[in-house]
Amino acid sequence: MIQIENVSLVRGGAKILSDVSLHIPEKGLVAMVGPNGAGKSSLLSLIGRLQPLQSGRISVAGLPVDATPSRELAKILAILRQDPAPASRLKVRELVGFGRFPHSRGRLTAEDRAVVDAALADFALTALADRFVETLSGGQRQRALVAMALAQDTPVLLLDEPLNNLDMPNARDLMRRLRRVVDERGRTVLAVLHDLNHAAAYADRIVAMKDGGVAADGSPRDLLTPDMLESVFGHRMRVAEIDGAPVVLHHL
Amino acid sequence: MADRSGVAIAALIAAALLAAAAYLALDLKGNIAFALELRAKRLASLATVAVAVATSTVVFQTLTANRILTPQIMGLDALYGFGQTALVFSLGGLGYATLDPRLKFAGDATLMAALALALFLPMLRARLDMTLMLLAGVVMGFLFRSLSALLARLMNPNDFAIASAAGFANFSVVRGDLLLVGAVVTAVCAVIVWRSRHILDVLALGQDHATGLGLEWRPTVGALLALVSALVAVSTALVGPVVFLGLVVVALAERLVGTRRHAVLLPASALVAVTALVGGQAALQHGLGGAGELAMVVEFFGGLLFLVLLIASARR
Repeated sequence: MIQIENVSLVRGGAKILSDVSLHIPEKGLVAMVGPNGAGKSSLLSLIGRLQPLQSGRISVAGLPVDATPSRELAKILAILRQDPAPASRLKVRELVGFGRFPHSRGRLTAEDRAVVDAALADFALTALADRFVETLSGGQRQRALVAMALAQDTPVLLLDEPLNNLDMPNARDLMRRLRRVVDERGRTVLAVLHDLNHAAAYADRIVAMKDGGVAADGSPRDLLTPDMLESVFGHRMRVAEIDGAPVVLHHL
Repeated sequence: MADRSGVAIAALIAAALLAAAAYLALDLKGNIAFALELRAKRLASLATVAVAVATSTVVFQTLTANRILTPQIMGLDALYGFGQTALVFSLGGLGYATLDPRLKFAGDATLMAALALALFLPMLRARLDMTLMLLAGVVMGFLFRSLSALLARLMNPNDFAIASAAGFANFSVVRGDLLLVGAVVTAVCAVIVWRSRHILDVLALGQDHATGLGLEWRPTVGALLALVSALVAVSTALVGPVVFLGLVVVALAERLVGTRRHAVLLPASALVAVTALVGGQAALQHGLGGAGELAMVVEFFGGLLFLVLLIASARR
């Protein structure tokens, strides 16, 4: 579904990504982990054509991201960045409604409205639907932005730290919802996560990045070992096992 | 909310019609047919300027993601003035005066659009914050005004008189030669902007969101910037530089309709602008017996509002 070949990125003389190749097949929840500055967000925004590709090739669903009209790509992939929420005076319902723009070009149909209502309900935003976005808390705003990305209803979802600002119940709800869109609707989700345990519990596969390259790639069970984690994060963590799943005690 | 903006738009339409009627009918005496024709022309000119200023300001504010800048504050009209002066300088006063004004307008507007693209696109791409944009605008305004002044110094006095006549705002005189061109350009631009109203809503979310939702950011913003410069060229050509008018009408329209959605804000701003210009001109000409100059009144209150908005945004 996502094919990345020999991608490098240099910004301001610093090498952000060096010769990254990665294939992500259709249907699955892939977590990208790694220390700050490993190039995770840059890779994500290259896949989402938010930055011009300098070298290498990236295609999504067979379409090269640097040569396909943006409008066509918007129906195939949705990307959520760690941006501050848009500054313009918007209600939550209007913001989520923008997710339908690629489909209806701004004139919402009854079907669009139904999708928006469902997204609002999914993220417990129905009661907040008529609030202005700038009056929301950080976590509520983050939920609204994720709801907007999901309302775009694309086969591929790219999420940069979707758990930012979320409290524990909301973080768990979001991960479960992502799991559901993968299992029930066959979506492909690529998410940058900092919480290894969320990645362990919900992802099918973990890609660990370090210094602009892929350092390790595999199932949570294979990847989340003390040795592997030390080589990626440069610090040794204990890994326990609860109910057959690895649990990283990274805070100890 | 839909109700509120609907009511506000209806009220604004009524206000604009009332202002137009007052402008046409107040104090009508003498040869009525002649006076009406003259007033109708002026009315058309004022309405054109009002729509051009309101539309260009709304679009410019959306592209620059702020509510305080107008194309004029960023020195776009100074650019137009510089184009005019440069034309007088290179052609000479006589050559300039004999040139078809529509040709001059077209040449200047094209030059301006090209320069505006060259200057503003890199600034927008670099995502300068408001303070830097404002500073850049002031500097650019200075640059073009100083370049005009430099050229003016090098001219002979006759050419200078011709060049400086183009440099002041005047709402009471009709540029009959440019009215038709201006009205057509404004109408075309306004229709394109209206058809892009949903795209403008998306652009207001910022470059990343807009790209993610399927817009080609650079060509879209470039085309809209070119429209803005064409509209500024129209208003500057018809009445001269008006710096704060756009700021006043858009800020007022936004308060009235309570939303930044372009489907509502664009017509509301245009209607507020028509009401303010036509109504203001009617009041000054007939009510106060020509005691004041509308340009001065608008700039005075607009300048005050600009300071208030600037301070309010700094506090936040």
